[in-house]
Amino acid sequence: MDHAAAAQISEPLDLVKLALGERVFIKLRGDRTLTGTLHAYDAHMNLVMSQVEESVHIVDVTDAGQPLPPRVERRNVEMLFVRGDSVILISPAQQ
Amino acid sequence: MLIFSFFKTLTDQVITVELKNDLSITGTLKSVDQFLNIRLDGISVEDPERHPHMMAVRNCFIRGSVVRYVRMAAKNVDTTLLEDATRREIKDAKK
Repeated sequence: MDHAAAAQISEPLDLVKLALGERVFIKLRGDRTLTGTLHAYDAHMNLVMSQVEESVHIVDVTDAGQPLPPRVERRNVEMLFVRGDSVILISPAQQ
Repeated sequence: MLIFSFFKTLTDQVITVELKNDLSITGTLKSVDQFLNIRLDGISVEDPERHPHMMAVRNCFIRGSVVRYVRMAAKNVDTTLLEDATRREIKDAKK
């Protein structure tokens, strides 16, 4: 990283600033993940995103208590606000 | 403050609030406060069979901390304005 860029990054949330307007991957509480374009965030990690795909990772259990292979429920949302207290991590979306 | 202002621009528009207990409520946003508590009018519940106790409720006040997502129409949101406002808020916070 060059000197000018390093000077602008002094705290972890500054890395999120670099992702504004870019596709990001979000991990949430409750076995949920999101990918979408990040438009706004604040210190609580409240987020506003567009073109979001939400994936809920579910493990069903048989009557005998045996876990079945995990399945994923997907859903698309065009504009979404995410409350910060559910957020676990924010990362640039991997291609 | 940024997200609070963002929600104020959405007043009188129809939004869907998804709570952490998976209840989804659609209604007209009447007001919002600094805790992101939300007042909704003319509400309907996404899955009334699963939440029959909500059928008689016409309007409600939602405590901000129980919100997981707020879904809204993309056409009501100026994403460039949001990104600029986010950058400005970060800059002001550092002073």
